Amino acid sequence: MEAYTQTFPANTAKALADASLQQAMTDTGPHFVSKRAKARDALPEFDALRDQARDIKDHVLAHLDLYLEHYEKKVTESGGHVHWAATAEEARAAILGICKRVNARIVTKGKSMISEEIDINKYLAEAGHTPVETDLGEYLIQLRGERPSHIIAPAIHLTRDQVEADFRKAHTHLDPNRDLSEIPTMVEEARQVLRQKYLTADVGITGANFLVAETGTSIIVTNEGNGDLTQILPKVHIVIASIEKIVPTLEDTTTILRVLARSATGQDFSNYTTFSTGPRREGDPDGPGEYHVVILDNGRSNVLGTEFQDMLRCIRCGACLNHCPVYQAVGGHAYGWVYPGPIGAVVTPAIIGIEKARHLPNASTFCGRCEEVCPMRIPLPKMLRHWREKEFEKHLQPVSMRWGMGVWAFFAKRPKLYQFATRIAVRVLSNQGHGKGRLSKVPLASAWTQTRDFPAPQGKTFQQMWKERRQ
Amino acid sequence: MTAREQILTRIRSKTAKGDDAARRAAVEARLAQHPRNLIPQRGQGDDEHRIGVFTSMMQAVGGTVEVIADINDVPHCVADYLRGQNLPAIVRRGSDPLIATLPWHRGGALEVMEGPAIDSDRASVTHAFAGVAETGTVIQISGPENPTTLNFLPEVHIAVLEMKDLFASYEEAWTKLRVRMGEGQMPRTVNMISGPSRTADIEQTIVRPAHGPKNMHVILVR
Repeated sequence: MEAYTQTFPANTAKALADASLQQAMTDTGPHFVSKRAKARDALPEFDALRDQARDIKDHVLAHLDLYLEHYEKKVTESGGHVHWAATAEEARAAILGICKRVNARIVTKGKSMISEEIDINKYLAEAGHTPVETDLGEYLIQLRGERPSHIIAPAIHLTRDQVEADFRKAHTHLDPNRDLSEIPTMVEEARQVLRQKYLTADVGITGANFLVAETGTSIIVTNEGNGDLTQILPKVHIVIASIEKIVPTLEDTTTILRVLARSATGQDFSNYTTFSTGPRREGDPDGPGEYHVVILDNGRSNVLGTEFQDMLRCIRCGACLNHCPVYQAVGGHAYGWVYPGPIGAVVTPAIIGIEKARHLPNASTFCGRCEEVCPMRIPLPKMLRHWREKEFEKHLQPVSMRWGMGVWAFFAKRPKLYQFATRIAVRVLSNQGHGKGRLSKVPLASAWTQTRDFPAPQGKTFQQMWKERRQ
Repeated sequence: MTAREQILTRIRSKTAKGDDAARRAAVEARLAQHPRNLIPQRGQGDDEHRIGVFTSMMQAVGGTVEVIADINDVPHCVADYLRGQNLPAIVRRGSDPLIATLPWHRGGALEVMEGPAIDSDRASVTHAFAGVAETGTVIQISGPENPTTLNFLPEVHIAVLEMKDLFASYEEAWTKLRVRMGEGQMPRTVNMISGPSRTADIEQTIVRPAHGPKNMHVILVR
């Protein structure tokens, strides 16, 4: 998918000025946080399960080649087909090939972030197929030609008024004077419209939350039941998943499932957790006749064995987004690619390159809440720091920033000089404050003082005060 | 080089440190032994405890649970339930022997159809493979006995769960499944279902149903 990461600062300015987005974020943001806290408190073993979930995924990543091979063998044994895709282009080719072969008209889709990553809808449409998103949130943004703004709540940036307007525009076969003032009425309307799509679809595409090596099984986790109707009614089911979704056994899957929904929506368990293994069996009266899994790498294997490996433990619950002050202020679209929030700021540079995504690792206050709530205990702040180092090493920052860092480094490496210079600077700034305790102008910091005062130092440096305390 | 070789080679070059035989052995052991990890206390306990936890968890997500003593009362319960929901007295089932041989005539005017669900079906009845107290979850497995569409297309999904199949945790259901299917084998579909379909995609407002059943009713037979 095309990236708009390079204009991140401008994206955020636009997001902050978007009254409707700000309204939507204010209304919904706090819910996720309180629901997760409640679910965590209701399960005494929650943190111990997080430790185990982390260990399971670490074990997988250390043996990923072997688990992938076993998974492939089991899928094949059950009558399914595995398609390996090193790049987004290869993944698209596999999917388009299947759709073309079966002459697919309507292609229904369950929610899948990987399908966003490879931008499959655009290519399906270009090839003459009609992709229909069936997760309500995904359907809403498909109507608007937008991309998801949240990993699990793709339309979180929309208000009900916007949804009503979109439905009136899209569902022209319905009475234009119908009442759409209540949310349940809108949901019912979407149910009716999408039911017809499920029943007439030729191919159903879903993502996968997990791929179980033991059994060759793909798993989807949903609340709406849309993923299930997408995969059981058409004659072909295509699963698109990335390499790191592998989990060894059903038991290991179960452990991670116990932390997934709680971290995501604050539910104890999602409504529908579905395990799919191969196509329709002999005697089965329903289910797809063909079962395909497209396994995508798209740069992930490059991350293995590096300081960024831990990001591959991610189970895409969205907890880090829900707890991030930056995400909550600007929403997901500002991040400019598929994955927003702290995990997006870590994953995006790994896939599209730090050159294009250099702003994202800076979109953090390092408050650490993301790491605190991550069910897989991914050290997100540490990784953001690693990306900032890469950004510096590759000389990607503006000259003025590099120059400033250079000056600071010069002093920082000379402690005596540093102490002397900071003592002088602190005294000067303190005097400038004229006892008010704040400065309305500071040299080289006009960007700060344009909109707010700068707190004036109290007169002594930290090191001076530290020395006094110890005496 | 194929994409497969390319991906696996790259992964190996990054991860395969140390003894290859030891790595293989670790993977094979885990797959063969599928050890259980930590299992929460919540569902653990005697029959009454499991019924209590299962019921409260299912109710918390908008489902309902009815506990009965005699399985032959199921037809009557189904008829009653449909009447209470103002639905026609028609229900769809698969060929599951337990469900098929119930004394359906005791359901009065209840009409029972067999086969996978179709769009116009309003209600289905299935035989649950297992129940999990921990989160109020019903497990269904695919096949002609209980076609998967019965879990999703009708407005109302009624699941008959036998007390012997109501487990504390998911792990016990996996054990039962391995006995039924064999090691490393799965039915085409295993559905874990916790309550009726819902969405919160518009302004985080919870609405039931989204695309699946509006009601989920569990008849638990002691």
